[in-house]
Amino acid sequence: MTHDNIKFTCRDVRVHYGDFEALHGIDIDIPDRGVTAFIGPSGCGKSTFLRTFNRMNDTIDGCRVSGKIHMDGQDIYDKNLDPVLLRAQVGMVFQKPNPFPKSIYDNVAYGPRIHGLTSSKAELDALVEKSLRRAGLWDEVKDRLKLSGTGLSGGQQQRLVIARAIAVSPEVILMDEPASALDPIATAKLEALIEELKERYCIIIVTHSMAQAARVSDKTAFFYMGDLIEYDVTEKIFTNPGNSRTQDYITGRTG
Amino acid sequence: MTETTLTSEAALKRLKKRRGKEWRFRLWGRASIAFALAALAWLLFSIVGTGYTAFQQHFMRMDFQLTESVLAPDGTRDPEILRGANYRKIVQTTLYEQFPEVTGRKDKQELFALVSASGATNYLRQLVYKNPDLIGKTVTVTVPASDQIDQLLKGYIKRDTPESRRKVSNQQIVWADILKERGVIKKKFNRILFMNPDSRDPELAGIAGAAVGSLMILVVAFVLAFPIGVGSAIYLDEFAPKNKFTDFIEININNLAAVPSIVFGLLGLAVFLNFMGMPRSLPIVGGMVLALRVFPTITIATRSAMQGVSPSIVDGALSLGASHTQAVFQQKLPLAAPGILTGSIIGMAQALGETAPLLMIGMVAFVTEVPNSITEPATALPVQIFLWSDSAERAWAERTSAAIIVLLVVLITMNGFAIWLRNRLETRR
Repeated sequence: MTHDNIKFTCRDVRVHYGDFEALHGIDIDIPDRGVTAFIGPSGCGKSTFLRTFNRMNDTIDGCRVSGKIHMDGQDIYDKNLDPVLLRAQVGMVFQKPNPFPKSIYDNVAYGPRIHGLTSSKAELDALVEKSLRRAGLWDEVKDRLKLSGTGLSGGQQQRLVIARAIAVSPEVILMDEPASALDPIATAKLEALIEELKERYCIIIVTHSMAQAARVSDKTAFFYMGDLIEYDVTEKIFTNPGNSRTQDYITGRTG
Repeated sequence: MTETTLTSEAALKRLKKRRGKEWRFRLWGRASIAFALAALAWLLFSIVGTGYTAFQQHFMRMDFQLTESVLAPDGTRDPEILRGANYRKIVQTTLYEQFPEVTGRKDKQELFALVSASGATNYLRQLVYKNPDLIGKTVTVTVPASDQIDQLLKGYIKRDTPESRRKVSNQQIVWADILKERGVIKKKFNRILFMNPDSRDPELAGIAGAAVGSLMILVVAFVLAFPIGVGSAIYLDEFAPKNKFTDFIEININNLAAVPSIVFGLLGLAVFLNFMGMPRSLPIVGGMVLALRVFPTITIATRSAMQGVSPSIVDGALSLGASHTQAVFQQKLPLAAPGILTGSIIGMAQALGETAPLLMIGMVAFVTEVPNSITEPATALPVQIFLWSDSAERAWAERTSAAIIVLLVVLITMNGFAIWLRNRLETRR
């Protein structure tokens, strides 16, 4: 491990949907910079856990989060903390690309506009260009920034969404199965992008693809039935897992 | 195992049965659509069939001599006095000149009945009132024929019915035919129907007053119902806590949309007229009552439009740090706008056709002026139709149908506009 700074410290995190406990007390430290992958069978709670980092669970009726999650030492579930500000620092990319049905430019400019990040049109233009460049989309869309973001291909849409998230200068980018709706070529481009982005951002990615987790992540956490079973350096998880259930899952015996 | 092959006898039998079922269902479908179309065609045919003749009317073009000794014997040009002058005499003289051989008092009366008495005298009165210099001159103007002559020449009054059983005498028929031959009586486009307010005389009655009244009612209803309907939908869908109480409210809004409209009329009567003491027959009251009628429709349309927007759009906005309000108003609402607008236009079209609640708040009054503001007595198109349909004379029948045609055209236009708007806004995404 080259990155020793801890971004998130989680202690005894439990998530309830009504009476149902979806996560049974998770303890985990997520490093700053680099990619952390969450893997596990469907319904194991990995997406639920991901959504606790930007408090997107708040929008679900009947969902309660308990325990402690600290980002850089700050409790993100502090009553005085505005989740809106938290989400500006913790961006998110969803399973299905969800660009706004507006122009490519307006998609990227939306975040900076609502947060008042730029003071002039020129500055905003520059920020939009920078974000699209970082998302590896600039060369493909620079001549059609006024066209609708929904007219792009699935892979381009997903990179547009990443550009949109980058534009508000987050520290963390959460990715919830970002490649599950993409074809192999678009997936390869996305993974290459993640590879680049991890130099600047703390990336947490939920994925169903073992191969993807093995390719892009530095650390991997295996979840099963709402418990964190094993969390270690990716190489170790995939070559020499410490737990038999992890072993079963990565070799395809459960899933 | 032969029984299970794809071409076995049992399999073919099942196939035949299945195809028969599908064929029967298609037949049912086509039959129901044919029935619906036939009903529509019948409705349109019967209404257009009786109504189209009302768009033309018989007019008489004659030279009226504005004799000074009749109109202003003392030589005055004061418009207020000229207003009360004896125009009837001028019209009578002009008509009698057409048939100098007519001398008897009774015959003269019958002859005078060929022209619309109040139509012609009022026309001349307006003319002289606006331009007193015309006195002493001869003006060639077109005035409406009486409704009986109009009906006769349109063929609605049958010439072969015995004289005692029709309102037009044999003598009048002869005169009308002669005047038609001379080119005095001509059939022209019926501007009166569109430009005039209601009148006691069918040949002078128009829908202008009712149309303006309807427009005012719709504007009031829209201004009240749109913000209330859309606002309550947004709040209920996005911001209200989900509990028994909001469920209860939701059920009641749906109930409100299904309440018979006359109940809203009774409510308006009790609350706006009796309790608040507002006057009867006002467009503003009608608009308030219809706003109550329409806002649940708008609320329901808005909610279904908002629920049709993918939640991932709101998630996307939230994940960028937009507040809930920003996500709803900047991302969700624009996407729901086509549905909201379509629902609202259809709601307004419903309001335009509402009659019962307006009857309850006294908009059934006989109003002979085009209203100038929402606080002047007015009537509405459907109420006007109701009023005319109740009148006895033959000439009202075609005007009733003509007013229905106008109402239907407006409704079809509104609904067509809603569809056009929806398609246009949706393809722009």
